[in-house]
Amino acid sequence: MKLIKRLSAVGTAVAMAVALTACGSGDDPLADDNTGASSAPGTITIGSANFAESELLAEIYAQSLEAKGVTVKRQFNIGARELYLKALQDGSIDLLPEYNGALLAALSSGGAPEGVSKPEDVLGALKKVLPSGTEVLEQSPAEDKDTLTVTSETASKYSLKTIDDLKPVAKDLTIGAGPEWQERYQGLKGLKELYGIEFKEFKPLDAGGPLTVNALVKGQIQVGNIFSTDSSIAVNKFVVLEDTKNLYLAENIIPLIRSTANNPTVTETLNAVSAKLTTENLTTTLAKVQVDKQDTPAVAKGWLTENGLV
Amino acid sequence: MNLDYLFDGAHWDFASGSIPQLIVSHLWYVLLALALGTVIALPVGLYIGHTGRGSFIAINAGNAGRSLPTLGLLMLMVTLLGLGLLPVLIALTVLVIPPILTSAYAGLRTLDPGVVDAARGVGMRPMQVLFRVELPMALPVLMSGFRSAALQVVATATVAAAVGLGGLGRLLIDGLAVNDYSRVLAGAIVVAVLAVLLDLVLAFAQRWIVSPGLRASK
Repeated sequence: MKLIKRLSAVGTAVAMAVALTACGSGDDPLADDNTGASSAPGTITIGSANFAESELLAEIYAQSLEAKGVTVKRQFNIGARELYLKALQDGSIDLLPEYNGALLAALSSGGAPEGVSKPEDVLGALKKVLPSGTEVLEQSPAEDKDTLTVTSETASKYSLKTIDDLKPVAKDLTIGAGPEWQERYQGLKGLKELYGIEFKEFKPLDAGGPLTVNALVKGQIQVGNIFSTDSSIAVNKFVVLEDTKNLYLAENIIPLIRSTANNPTVTETLNAVSAKLTTENLTTTLAKVQVDKQDTPAVAKGWLTENGLV
Repeated sequence: MNLDYLFDGAHWDFASGSIPQLIVSHLWYVLLALALGTVIALPVGLYIGHTGRGSFIAINAGNAGRSLPTLGLLMLMVTLLGLGLLPVLIALTVLVIPPILTSAYAGLRTLDPGVVDAARGVGMRPMQVLFRVELPMALPVLMSGFRSAALQVVATATVAAAVGLGGLGRLLIDGLAVNDYSRVLAGAIVVAVLAVLLDLVLAFAQRWIVSPGLRASK
């Protein structure tokens, strides 16, 4: 018996040694991360902002490119524009879905140029201010704007239809939006300068996400920044206040890409995606993620299949 | 990466969103959570330690509480209760309970049984044994649990900012949102300094309340 025990102990030791060597000689799991910042040639790193729609669009870009044989690395949910633009410029990501108006406003010093709000004008102005080494592809007719949204009760209580109607009552109201709103022109600054509106309080929440919707429903904020394609607007019968002074410009969805990562296959593929995207099909597709709680990759695949892109 | 935000005098004037105001609100969350956690965990821990009954509760509650992610619990509470101080307080209190509970329990259980026996032998009633012998002698262990709870909650109270409240997390979250790393760095430094200062204060408090006779024995 003793002998058997000893033999089995030796056997175990040998097996472990073999297993350890196998670990060492195999692919280094960290190697991929080390080269992550400057991804391997032919690989496109796709980023997204930290809200559901941006992630859905990024996933649609990713799957459409993969269907054309392009190697894709996903780096989603990065943060607000202030953060991911830096990631694009330093090469951590190569491509991401953008919104023409918001991007123009972010890149122009002192806010978007005056009198530019139509999609084609915004695109023209945007092309002049793009950081060197980056380009945009064709923009899609699908639009998703920032909005100021209130509940139907708040709307009837203060008879609100437009953002302008908030002016006399804003001193009693709390507004909720992503923390970046405190410092953006397309946030509190623009509301003050363009509309002359100052709210009683600003609650830094999330970018049109579940916190904002929840706070609006529970009455902890009266005005919320919700994106216009958000299905929570219809579900909760929210009222979107009309932006009569065009603080929020056209917001067509447009791929922003590093020139070094672009090639004819990529351009052709993403232009085909943009051509098929509409505000309506984006809204219904996004609802599958936000309302029906389906997985983003499955929803993206469904959209691509419906539109004959994969 | 620079210290401009931290050393900009304008950020130190006492106004809404200034560093001193954020420190005050941060400490307020910390004190509330510590007070609430102590009120809940200390009696339970003392009871379990004194009687030896239900010690599995102390051990399991301690382990389970430590493994709950505070941010996840906070988001759950916000969905259930809405925004406000209450969900933050609940999440932070859950963080505070395990170290206090387990240290109260361990402080009493690790006492020399002979001492407790002697106290009973001279005719002390159970409550007298607990408050005049066991508790004073368990104080060093109990205080170390309280100090670790305080350190954890100072660092973790930054999550309050994730759901629209104040505290030093505002510097971290707003700084990240607008890519202002100088502000993030300022927040991180102030939280760290605050944690060290609070621990120093508690260390002095410990020296003051622990019987000199126990100190010599260490």
